[in-house]
Amino acid sequence: MNSLPIADLLALAGHFMLLSLLAVGGAITTASDMHRYLVVERGWIGDADFTASIAIAQAAPGPNVLFVAVLGWHVGGPLGLVATMVGTLLPSTLLTLYATRWAEQRRHTRGVRAFTAGMAPLTVGLLSATGWVLAEPFLRAPESRWGALVLVVVTIAAMLRGGIGPLWLVGLGALAGALGGL
Amino acid sequence: MTADGSDAPTTPRSLAEVFRSFNRLALQGFGGVIAIAQIELVERRRWLSREQFVEMLSIAQVLPGPNIVNLSLMLGDRWFGVRGAIAALAGLIAVPLVIVMALTLVYARFADVPQVAGALRGMGAVAAGLVIATALKLAGTLKRSPLGRTACAAIAVVTLLAIAWQRLPLVGVLGVVGSVAVAIAWARLKP
Repeated sequence: MNSLPIADLLALAGHFMLLSLLAVGGAITTASDMHRYLVVERGWIGDADFTASIAIAQAAPGPNVLFVAVLGWHVGGPLGLVATMVGTLLPSTLLTLYATRWAEQRRHTRGVRAFTAGMAPLTVGLLSATGWVLAEPFLRAPESRWGALVLVVVTIAAMLRGGIGPLWLVGLGALAGALGGL
Repeated sequence: MTADGSDAPTTPRSLAEVFRSFNRLALQGFGGVIAIAQIELVERRRWLSREQFVEMLSIAQVLPGPNIVNLSLMLGDRWFGVRGAIAALAGLIAVPLVIVMALTLVYARFADVPQVAGALRGMGAVAAGLVIATALKLAGTLKRSPLGRTACAAIAVVTLLAIAWQRLPLVGVLGVVGSVAVAIAWARLKP
């Protein structure tokens, strides 16, 4: 952790604001450019801190976008955290509020109905793809393949059947993993 | 009220309830929050039907920003205006932010412990299963789509293969497949 001059903090926030408006699919889709900017161009943090930031946010409860906060912390402490979080959230938040109010006022028009009806199957397809992309590294590695496959199948079956909370399944997965199951 | 929640008879009564419910779903979300949001907002609270959830998620994902953040802003704004949007977003990120920063401070000490690494892999596999289960549940909402079942299945499968198998960029897939899908919907919705 360093303390950055104010001009660098503003440049940091400005860069993340730009990426915010490009982050269709979430902030993680712009992580490669964050790496280019923070590690390669500015040299503010190293590769290990960058990778660990993403790993920690994925392991912790809550939205994965919080990796951006960890990056900001490594770059410039509390003020760095504020710079990257405000930069990441503010532009996309304003755009989302504006766009959804616009669509809400026109929700019965043919255009908006065609948009939501047409995008719904894409949404289901994208969720399936996300599930696959999350599962694939475990299924590809021979040492974790069978344990991961069992956990994925048990989770799907339990969720479709209902009656068991997701946290129990996460706990089961953590326990199975800690005992060397995958 | 139907079994799959196809109408949504309830709404939150206060900003505090919005904050609490988004905080609750965020704290259950390991490796992604969308699956938990579906369980909490649709199945447990019944604030949204499955159809409404798919509709809002469809809009949330074409806008820049994390899908769950956009979804929380849209719902908070719908219920209580800008104050509701802020309450939902704060509920989603405030406590998880504290946890993530606490983990950051202890991470270096535990990253190499094999049991910790194993537990993270196990949680990752469950997170994948939760997302796949959500996709399967929401696929049921497409039965009533104006596109018809065949077109819906084709669009969902093409999207899945483009992203998961071909690893094409999301923006391109949304632009190309999305345009075709919306054009088909536009034609079928002809007045």
